[in-house]
Amino acid sequence: MKSLAELKAIKDRMKDKVVLREGTGNVRVVVGMATCGIAAGARPVLNAFVEAVNKEGLTDKVTVTQTGCVGLCQLEPLVEIYEAGKEKVTYIKMTAEKAQTVVEKHLKGGNIVTEFTVAEAK
Amino acid sequence: MKELSLNILDVAENSVKAGADLTEIIIDETAQELTLTIRDNGCGMSDEVERAVTNPFYTTRTTRKVGLGVPLLKLAAEQCGGSLTIESKTSLESPTKHGTTLVATFNKEHIDFTPLGDVVSTIQTLIQGHPEIDFLFVHSIGTERVTLDTREMREVLGDLPLNSYEVILWVREALLEQYAQIGKS
Repeated sequence: MKSLAELKAIKDRMKDKVVLREGTGNVRVVVGMATCGIAAGARPVLNAFVEAVNKEGLTDKVTVTQTGCVGLCQLEPLVEIYEAGKEKVTYIKMTAEKAQTVVEKHLKGGNIVTEFTVAEAK
Repeated sequence: MKELSLNILDVAENSVKAGADLTEIIIDETAQELTLTIRDNGCGMSDEVERAVTNPFYTTRTTRKVGLGVPLLKLAAEQCGGSLTIESKTSLESPTKHGTTLVATFNKEHIDFTPLGDVVSTIQTLIQGHPEIDFLFVHSIGTERVTLDTREMREVLGDLPLNSYEVILWVREALLEQYAQIGKS
């Protein structure tokens, strides 16, 4: 089994990073994870965001969190992106692949992927 | 829900909301039967609420008037000849042993049995979303078992959050490795 000693090694490696991380993130990615979201496929969407944000090295800036039902169950999986000083962006009917695109274009590139947003997507 | 593991993710969320600091997810599998137990030490439910949770028109959420989490799991159990029971004690009824235990049984050989699916992703997602609370996961398959206890992890990690990416990857690898061992010994 993957040993707890390995976990200890992770802790030692991460010690310095954690201090840096606190309080610096100003972008929040919030994935709807109520019954409606989960049934529509939110679990792989969430995990895709977590993975992509880390792979793109955006962890200092971006936090990925979960929330309950937003009230738009028919548009799930739903992802909201909050950024200090900007209007909230709501992406609907998300997939793991779309999550990857949002991380690259929106979170990294700064351009909203309008075709996935609640206003544009059909 | 296409997988039981999605029901588990959904229903375990209720334990988190009940303020549990430990949620146990126990899966016991024989060749014919799967028993799922989700036990928490949260605030518990009054008898009235306990009776109401399997009713789809009861919910704690405020955005709408239906709550389908427990009813969907009950449906998944009953459609394959199993059952779902819930027992709960509020802190008023039992100051030291309050919380809720849900037990669902499934007949694996029934054509309408929902497969368990990707339970590793479910555990990973629960820890990612709720790094401040503890989860005990035990999946017994015959005489073999896969386990994960976040309390042990916390002891090693100290103040490093359990949802750090490297830790989440460790969780995934640790579980997958244990599953890969099953049937080999």
